[in-house]
Amino acid sequence: MSELIRLSAADLADKIHKREVSAVEATQAHLDRIAEVDGAVHAFLHVNTEGALAAAAKVDEQIAVGEVASPLAGVPLALKDVMTTIDAPTTVGSKILENWLPPYDATVTERLRAAGIVILGKTNMDEFAMGSSTENSAYGPTHNPWDLERIPGGSGGGSSASLAAFEAPLAIGTDTGGSIRQPGAVTGTVGVKPTYGTVSRYGLVAFSSSLDQAGPCARTVLDAALLHEVIAGYDPMDSTSINQPVRPVVEAARQGATGDLKGVKVGVVREFRGEGYQQGVIDCFDAAVQQLRDLGAEVVEVSCPHFKYALGAYYLIAPSEASSNLARFDAMRYGLRVDNGALGELSAEQVMSLTREAGFGPEVKRRIILGTYALSAGYYDAYYGSAQKVRTLISRDFTSAFEQVDVLVAPTTPTTAFKIGERIDDPLAMYLNDLCTIPSNLAGNAALSVPSGLAAEDGLPAGLQVMAPALADERMYRVAAAYEVARDAAQGGPLINRVPELEAISR
Amino acid sequence: MTAVAEVMDYDEVLERFDPVLGLEVHVELNTNTKMFCGCANVFGGEPNTHVCPVCLGMPGALPAVNGKAVESAMRIGLALNCEIAEWCRFARKNYFYPDMPKNFQTSQYDEPIAFNGYLDVELDDGSIFRVDIERAHMEEDTGKSLHVGGATGRIHGADYSLLDYNRAGVPLIEIVTKPLVGTGARAPEVARAYVAALRDLLRGLDVSDVRMDQGSLRCDANVSLMAKDATEFGTRTETKNVNSLRSVERAVRYEMTRHAAVLVGGGKIKQETRHFDESTATTRAGRTKETAEDYRYFPEPDLVPIAPSREWVAELKAGLPQPPWVRRKRLQEEWGLSDAELRDLVNADALDLVAATVDAGAKSDDARSWWVSYLSQQAKTLNKELAELPITPAQVARVSALVADGSLTNKLARAVVDGVLAGEGEPDAVVEARGLKVVSDDSALTAAVDEALAAQPDVAEKIRSGKVAAAGAIVGAVMKATKGSADAKRVRELIIERCS
Repeated sequence: MSELIRLSAADLADKIHKREVSAVEATQAHLDRIAEVDGAVHAFLHVNTEGALAAAAKVDEQIAVGEVASPLAGVPLALKDVMTTIDAPTTVGSKILENWLPPYDATVTERLRAAGIVILGKTNMDEFAMGSSTENSAYGPTHNPWDLERIPGGSGGGSSASLAAFEAPLAIGTDTGGSIRQPGAVTGTVGVKPTYGTVSRYGLVAFSSSLDQAGPCARTVLDAALLHEVIAGYDPMDSTSINQPVRPVVEAARQGATGDLKGVKVGVVREFRGEGYQQGVIDCFDAAVQQLRDLGAEVVEVSCPHFKYALGAYYLIAPSEASSNLARFDAMRYGLRVDNGALGELSAEQVMSLTREAGFGPEVKRRIILGTYALSAGYYDAYYGSAQKVRTLISRDFTSAFEQVDVLVAPTTPTTAFKIGERIDDPLAMYLNDLCTIPSNLAGNAALSVPSGLAAEDGLPAGLQVMAPALADERMYRVAAAYEVARDAAQGGPLINRVPELEAISR
Repeated sequence: MTAVAEVMDYDEVLERFDPVLGLEVHVELNTNTKMFCGCANVFGGEPNTHVCPVCLGMPGALPAVNGKAVESAMRIGLALNCEIAEWCRFARKNYFYPDMPKNFQTSQYDEPIAFNGYLDVELDDGSIFRVDIERAHMEEDTGKSLHVGGATGRIHGADYSLLDYNRAGVPLIEIVTKPLVGTGARAPEVARAYVAALRDLLRGLDVSDVRMDQGSLRCDANVSLMAKDATEFGTRTETKNVNSLRSVERAVRYEMTRHAAVLVGGGKIKQETRHFDESTATTRAGRTKETAEDYRYFPEPDLVPIAPSREWVAELKAGLPQPPWVRRKRLQEEWGLSDAELRDLVNADALDLVAATVDAGAKSDDARSWWVSYLSQQAKTLNKELAELPITPAQVARVSALVADGSLTNKLARAVVDGVLAGEGEPDAVVEARGLKVVSDDSALTAAVDEALAAQPDVAEKIRSGKVAAAGAIVGAVMKATKGSADAKRVRELIIERCS
């Protein structure tokens, strides 16, 4: 294994910018790694070998004449297959967009390219980002590098697994109910959902417009912060984009890494423990809270009484918006068209029905039906209307909590990674994965997950979730970076180094 | 084929029933770009050339509101005496149709930008009818389907359909009236006069091309009848595809007579969409739906609310142009017109054209004469609206100037206008190409005069004997010989000269 692939993005960038290693060499090392292990992991749906090497060569040319596009120029990245790319198919994990080549780049894609970040390929995900395990991908599940029989989380399991498998030092995820943070937690990596509206959604194939938010995934807090500053910022193409300067998250991560949290008030969310929480996850969390105290933070308990309604509200709002967002897949302009060889005899409506029947998987259909029902005349007020009221109450819980503390902490997920197939027939059990992450999607505030150790009973990673107020993303970076240093000191090195060696199974 | 419906005599309808109208007018705004993207907002064009990921509903694409369209919507609302919302939103209207790229229409629903207004409409006899406006809201247009094959040109029975998304996402304002009661026999006239007044108002605001023939102004007419002793409205029908002012009037009248026949015959009116057929002046039922459409409206999460500041509203209100009726009064005075002359001008849809021609330098009488008589006749012959004729007010003013300076006779001027209408270019180019200059070369004219005098020696003799009035016959002959290109006054002078 080339040592290049074990480096952090910051260290790799440093080597590339000092011309100790070329961007092409760094890219090739990761492409080799993908070729070696992705047969076992299946993090990628599409690897853009030529495009990646060409992009890397361009960065090398620029560096040769003294131009460095960004602090991450030349570093490879794995892009979730929900972001449009003009040079690679964008399937969203669905048969309905199999082989669809978008005519445009997402704003995030554009910003990555402008920063000289090398896009290795597109990562696997639950179909239309609906799921917590990648088992809903139409192209087969991704396997967790910590235990290949287990799920890597979802919907962004491909992105998180690529980090844990050292196939890429950076990845992009999108988080609608926890799809960045939960995969981060169960793969021992860092996943950040920035404040809603701070990273453009233009070119992010929509699941639930008012909840979707793209964010950085990495193996260290600083790497995530560096990537955060590349992709964040106002975009007039996204009306919900906030026209404010990007928060100084890199500076905050560096400050946090000095290991001093004196004067920081941390709130432990009282509601996030008890029945359904794995003991090892709770133990990791309690140990993490103690470390925050040791770093000088003041820790208090905070109650958010309406969080218990979050899951219910989420499963009305997200499917409602999805039912409308996914209506455009009608076989008319792009994507799959199913006509059973009888196009001339079928009406447009019949082709539409056949296509949607064949093109969408069961979880997507379940949510379209749920959302269509929730928006129907006579049910709207009881379902969608009530859910929006709950959303307001959850926002108020956050507001009053952040009047008392600077950040909130909780476990990211109630359990560690479960076995592939274990919950696939029990949607409600699957939905519980996102119990702790959903409130921040509903309220729109910032939240991240940082690894908090391995659960004693199964040796699998658990995650510490740090939540900050909207547009105060830097607070959670500072706390997470401080914790990361303390954790590594206490546990004798980075957690990610304890991921088992993967047997080579080529793609 | 559907059987021709029974209808009742119009006077009898009014003896038994009171009509209730509701008019929904869709106006395409003339903004440079579409409602939610940067594509050009132009009529026509090669199919699917004014499109982008946003208006094609590509996965991942997002809308961004056109600020100019919001401004136009507010100006329309203010001109219709509406209140302007302090805070309003777009919603999604969900239904599947191939020419709607996202399979939902982004439209305002229960939070329109303008509401509670009115428009005072002048009827033919000069009386005023106040039309109450319920709301004016913003939405986007759909693409267009062209159904190929089959008998009807409709989707049902077609062999295949072609889709053109150039129109998808064009900004629309929908203006909805409150139920109009108390019109009585004048319901069809009120409907026509309202749409005409609205068209004038929108043209004056310069927010739309208001071309009914091109669909930039479209009217749906809701009609119901109430029995004389009834206390509640009857069931209404909504007639679509009403593409001219005349059709608005005829569609309302037809529906009244059809409803009455159904009701008196013991039947019930089905609440349905009907299509107006221009050729027969009747309506036919659209495809009936087995279940009521449930559009599952909900607030558009991809757009933020619109909250126009009161300062902006006040600024727009202060900047509104004179309402058309005030402007009409002013022009009537400036041009010295009688009420009847003004009405003729308005009824001929010529007021704006005449005003523009006057602005381009013509005298008002000349400009009026061109548009109300000769050009109106040409429009009728070509079956076009006056404003659709391929001649501009500036071109009419130029022809008028050529007549005024003696370069053209009236007859030659009409030939120049014909040339412009036939696409031969600017008036001066037509004059050149067709050789239509007044003949003022005396040697050529003298020869023609001598020839005419020689051909009618008896008349020549009378003139020589002092009966100058007889010269008219020779003038006529010369004019005929020169195909009207001679100056008749000069011809007469030459005749007298040659005979003295």
